[in-house]
Amino acid sequence: MSTTTVSTTPKSARPLWRRLIGFNLLSAVILGIGGYYLGWWIGHLVSEGKSFEYTGATNENDAALLLAYFGGVIGFLIGLGFANYPVSRMLGRPASLREKEEEGIGRYFGLCTDHKVVGIQYLCGIGLFFFVGGLNAMLIRTELLQSNPTFVGPNQYLSLVGEHGTMMMGMMTSGILGPFANYFVPIMIGARRMAFPRIEALTFWLLMAAGFILTSTIFFGGFPTGWTGYEPLNDQAVMGMDSYICFFALVGLSMALLGLNMLATIITMRAPGLSWSRLPIFVWSVFATSVLMVLAAPMLVATLLMAALDRTIGTSFFIPGGGGSSYLFQNLFWFFGHPEVYILALPAFGIVLELLPVFTRKPLWGYRLAVSGMLGVSLLSFFVWQHHLFVSGINADLRPFYMLSTEIISVPTGFIFLCVMGTLWKARTSFSVPMLFCLGWAFNFLIGGLSGVFLSDTPSDTDTHGSFFVMAHFHYTIMGGLIFTFFAAIYYWVPKMVGLNFNEKLAKTHFWLMFVSFNSTFLPLFVLGMEGMPRRVSFYEPKFHALNVWVSVSAFVLGFSMLIFLFNTVYSLIFVRERAAQNPWRSKSLEWQVPTPVPVNNFEQIPVFDADPYDYGTPLAVGPAQPAGAGG
Amino acid sequence: MSSSGASAGAPPVGEPNHLRRFLTIWIVATLIALPLVIFVLGPELPPGHGSEQATGHVTDNTVLLAMGTPVLLLVTIYLLYAVFAFRQPRGGVLEGPAVRGHQGLQTAWIVITSTLVLSLAAYATVRLLGDEGAGSGSGPTPLTVPPGKKLPVQVIAQQWAFTYRYPTYGGVETTHLELPVDQMVELHVTSLDVIHSFWAYQLGVKADANPGVDNVAFVEPTKIQTFEVHCAELCGIWHGGMFDHGHVVSAADFETWIHQQQVTFAPATKALPKYSKTYLPEPTRRGE
Ligand code: HEM
Ligand SMILES: [Cu+2]
Ligand SMILES: [Cu+2]
Repeated sequence: MSTTTVSTTPKSARPLWRRLIGFNLLSAVILGIGGYYLGWWIGHLVSEGKSFEYTGATNENDAALLLAYFGGVIGFLIGLGFANYPVSRMLGRPASLREKEEEGIGRYFGLCTDHKVVGIQYLCGIGLFFFVGGLNAMLIRTELLQSNPTFVGPNQYLSLVGEHGTMMMGMMTSGILGPFANYFVPIMIGARRMAFPRIEALTFWLLMAAGFILTSTIFFGGFPTGWTGYEPLNDQAVMGMDSYICFFALVGLSMALLGLNMLATIITMRAPGLSWSRLPIFVWSVFATSVLMVLAAPMLVATLLMAALDRTIGTSFFIPGGGGSSYLFQNLFWFFGHPEVYILALPAFGIVLELLPVFTRKPLWGYRLAVSGMLGVSLLSFFVWQHHLFVSGINADLRPFYMLSTEIISVPTGFIFLCVMGTLWKARTSFSVPMLFCLGWAFNFLIGGLSGVFLSDTPSDTDTHGSFFVMAHFHYTIMGGLIFTFFAAIYYWVPKMVGLNFNEKLAKTHFWLMFVSFNSTFLPLFVLGMEGMPRRVSFYEPKFHALNVWVSVSAFVLGFSMLIFLFNTVYSLIFVRERAAQNPWRSKSLEWQVPTPVPVNNFEQIPVFDADPYDYGTPLAVGPAQPAGAGG
Repeated sequence: MSSSGASAGAPPVGEPNHLRRFLTIWIVATLIALPLVIFVLGPELPPGHGSEQATGHVTDNTVLLAMGTPVLLLVTIYLLYAVFAFRQPRGGVLEGPAVRGHQGLQTAWIVITSTLVLSLAAYATVRLLGDEGAGSGSGPTPLTVPPGKKLPVQVIAQQWAFTYRYPTYGGVETTHLELPVDQMVELHVTSLDVIHSFWAYQLGVKADANPGVDNVAFVEPTKIQTFEVHCAELCGIWHGGMFDHGHVVSAADFETWIHQQQVTFAPATKALPKYSKTYLPEPTRRGE
C-alpha cells in the first residue's frame, strides 16, 4: 500500500475545528444527509406528473425513496473518503490519503485499512444491530403474550417480525467473517494485511449504512413480508418495503465483496510452507463460506433490483397479471437464500473445530474429513433451494430430487459431528467459557439438524411448513448454532484483540443462563408448530396461550442473559481492565504467538510454517502408528 | 468405534474401558427409548387421523422420530460422557493423546450415515408418490393421481379469506368448506392476489395459493369432525386472521348441505365468473 502522508503537523496539535474538517464520520453523515435529500428531490422531479405507478393516489414515491437511499449511501461513502483513492489515481496523483492512522481511538471511527481495526469495527457495529434485532424479538414476544394483537397491533407486529428477521439475517451473515475472519485470517496465514484493504473497509461501512436504512423503515410504514420479501405482497407494500430492498441489496454487495476479499487473501497470501493441508480449520471454513457468498449474494442483489423496478417504473417481473410470476421471486430468492443459511452455519463449524483442540489438548481429529465436510456442504447447498417450496406447486415433479439433495447434505454435516466427537474422546478437556459455548453449539445444532430431517421430508413438511416448527428449527441452527459460536469466538479472541480479560464468573453465568433459556424458549416452539400454530401471526387460538406465555417469559430471560454479557463487556473492558496474558489458552495457533496488542504489521518477519497448528497431545507410547486420513 | 479404542493404546491399569461403557449406555438408552417413541409417542403424533393423508403423516413422523432417536441419543450421551469422563484436572496442564483420526471409523461413519440418509430419501419418495403424500400441493399436473372417483373442490384465496367452489355442483361458491367423509377430494388451490397457503391441519393438507396457478392436492377425510383452516403463507396484515373451521360430514349430510348452498347462493353464482382453474386477475398494484 502506498501511504504518502500530506500533513506534516501532528494531528493532536491542530485545533478541534480543524480536525473535524476532512474525511471522517462527521463529513460522512453530513454528505449522507445531503445525498439523501438530493436523491429525494431528483426522485420527485422525475416522477412528478408522469405516469409512474403509485405516486398520485397514495402520496408515496418509491423512486424518490430509493434514489434518496442511493444518494445517501454515495454521500456517506464519499464523506468517509472512499472516493479519494480512485479519484487521485485517476488524476495521476499518488494516493494522498491516510487510511491507517498509526495510533489513537480516532481510527475506529472512519475509513481505516488496517484489518485489525476493521475487525473491531465490525464487532462493535454488528453488535449494535444484533442488539436492535434482539430488542425487536423482545417486542414480538411481548405481543405474543396475548392471543390477540393488543400490544402493538397486527401491522406493527409484522413490521417487527420483518425487521427482526431481516436485521438478523443481514447482519449476522457477516457475524463471524466480519469481525473474526478479518482480524485473524491474515494473522493465521502469516500475512500482514488482507488482499484488498480498501474493499475490506468498504464492506464494513456498507453494512453500517444498510443497518441504518433498515432501521429507518419505521418512518415509512414498515414492511409486511417478513425477511423473505415474497412477491406480489412486496409490490403491494408501502414505502417501508424500499428500506428492505435497499438494505438487503447493500448487504448482498457487502457480502459478495467480503467473500471475494477472503478468497483472494487465502488463495494468494499464505506464508511459505502453509500448504492447503496445514491451513487452520477456521480458515478453511472461511474459505468455504466465502465461496458461497461470492456465488449466492449477487443473485440476491439482482432479484431485489427486479423487485425495485417492479415497484418504481412498473415492470412486471413478479406480477402475474402482467406476464410475470410470483414463483420467479421465490425461486430466485431461495437460490440465494439456501446458500445463505449455510453461510450462517459454516463459520460456526470452523470456530468449534478450531477451538476444540485448544481446550481438549488434542490434535483436531479427522482434519481432512472436516475439510471435505465443509466443502461438501458448500457445494451441495446450491442444489437444495426448492425444499423451501415443497407445497408451493412449483416443479412438483422434482420434489424427490430436492428431498434427496437435502438429505444428502446431512452426510457432510455429519462429518463435522464425527470430528467433534473424535476430538473429545479421551481428551483433557477444560471447561473454559469458549469451550462451554462450543459444547452448547454441539447440542443445539444437533437438535436443529434433526428437526431439519422432518422438514426435508415432503409428507412431513406438509404439516410443518409455515408453522412455528420452522421457526424453532432455524433458531436452533442460527441462534443455537451461529450465535453460540459467535460468543465462543468473542470470549476466546477478544482478549487478544483488545488485550483485556473478561470476568469469568459473569461469562459463565451468561453461558448457563443463555443455554437454559434458549432451549426453554425454542424447544416448546416445536410443539406449538406441530400442533398447528402458523408463524408470523399475532392472532392465535386460545389453546396455544399457555405455551406462548412460557415461551415469552423464557425469551425475556434469554434477553436478560444478553444484558449480562453487555454488563460484563462494559465492566471488564472499560472499568476493570485486567490485562490479558499473551496466550491464556496455551494455543499453538499463530495468532497467539504474536504480541498483544498485535503490531500494525503483524509480523516483523513473515513466518514459515512447517506443520499445522494442531500439534497437541503426547504421542502414543504403545499402539500402532496412526493411519492416514488425518492432516499433516 | 471399537478400533478407535484400540488405537488409543491399551488402557492403563485402573482406567475403565470407556468405549464399552459408552456403547452400553447408548444401546440401553436406545432400547428403552425406541419402543416408547414408536408405540407410546408415535400414535399421539400430529396431525392425528382426520384423513388418509394425515394418518400417513403420523406414520412418517413416527418413522423419522424413530430414526432420529438413536442419533440424538448417540450424540448427546457421547457429549455428556466425554464431558464427565475426560476432564483436565483443575489447574492441570495434561495433554491428551495425539490421535489424528481413524481411517476405519471414518469410513464406517460415512457408509452408515449415507445409507441412513439414502434410505430416508427413498422412503420419503415412495410415501410422497403414494396416496399418503398427496395432501401436499403438487402443482397443476401431479405426477401421481389417486385412483377412483374424486370430488373436485376449488379453494380460492384472497386477502383475507378463503372461499370454495364446487364445479360439479354448478360452480357454487361457499364461504366455508364442507367435505363428505370417505370420499377422495381433489383440491384446486389458487389465489386472486398475493401468495397464500391453504392449510387444513387435521386433514394433513397444505398447498400454496399462487395467483394464476392451479395447485392440486388430494385428501380423503376418514373421520367426521370439525377441522381448522389456516393460511400458512404471510399475505399481509390480517394473515393471522385468515382462520376458519371446516367440517367433514356424512355423504348424505353433504348432499343436503350443498343443495341448500346452491339454492341460497343461486343469484350470486350467476354473477360469478365462469368456473375456471385459475382466475388471472388484473395486476392489482398499489395506488389503484
Ligand atoms: C434473542 C433471541 C431471539 C428471540 C427471542 C427470537 C424470537 C423470534 C420470534 C418470536 C420470531 C417471529 C415469530 C413469528 O413468526 O411470528 C422470530 C423470527 C425470526 N428470527 Fe428470531 N429470535 C431471536 C434471535 C434470532 C437470531 C439470533 C436470528 C438470526 C441470526 C433470528 C432470526 C430470525 C428470523 C430469520 C426470523 C423470521 C422472520 C420472518 O418470519 O420473516 N432470530 N424470532
Ligand atoms: Cu434451504
Ligand atoms: Cu396468509
